[in-house]
Amino acid sequence: MSKQIKIDITVPNQTRYLAVIGKITECLVHSLGYYSGDKTELAYQLNLVVTEATANAMCHANECDPSKQIKVSISVADDLLKVCVFDQGSGFDISKLAKTRAKDTDEGGRGVPIIYKLMDRVDYVKSETGYVLKMTKRLH
Amino acid sequence: MQLNIVEQGEIVKIEVQEERMDAHNSGDLKEQMLQLFDEGKCNLIIDLTAVRFVDSSGLGALVSGFKNASARDGNLKLCCLQPQVRSMFELTRLHRVFEIFTSVEETMESF
Repeated sequence: MSKQIKIDITVPNQTRYLAVIGKITECLVHSLGYYSGDKTELAYQLNLVVTEATANAMCHANECDPSKQIKVSISVADDLLKVCVFDQGSGFDISKLAKTRAKDTDEGGRGVPIIYKLMDRVDYVKSETGYVLKMTKRLH
Repeated sequence: MQLNIVEQGEIVKIEVQEERMDAHNSGDLKEQMLQLFDEGKCNLIIDLTAVRFVDSSGLGALVSGFKNASARDGNLKLCCLQPQVRSMFELTRLHRVFEIFTSVEETMESF
């Protein structure tokens, strides 16, 4: 039986769509019949990763411009889960943000470190229409 | 964001009546807390019973409230966290910053 799933979601650049994208992500994880780990925990973690990545793309890369769009692509092939978030911005140095450790009383700066903590590999590279945040995780 | 405000003496309880606290709605909680601080109400309980999901923006709003309450010699305490929300505080080490309780009664008694 094939163990390949791919879902593409395109939404307007508005944060009210974060809940929709998060819910689809959780549903996808719960549909992985062969995953033997804690699905509830994995679903929450991926919801979090996709929410953080999409919010960053909407508010920072796309500068909250409602005329822009965000595309989120989630795929699972065997035990490799891949999430791509496409923005229409001009990029930023994500590795710098990843290394920054938020102080206890900082209000921001936790989103990118959370992504790095929960995913195995993170790359932010140029795409045809802007940049894409590529994140992968091996499902054990 | 749906918030229910309950005043009990000098303590104000904010019940967050949303399943998610994220970049879309966390600003509403932050604004509501600032309004209470302006009114001189700086001992807050944030009741997260209904909240199933919190992202870094939601945490940021709570940190903002905590800092503002502390700066006014008040306090902001959290109660009734669902397990996955609790795990977010542990992931970001914020469980060391906030006082977190399992019930409203216990939180009230701690003031």
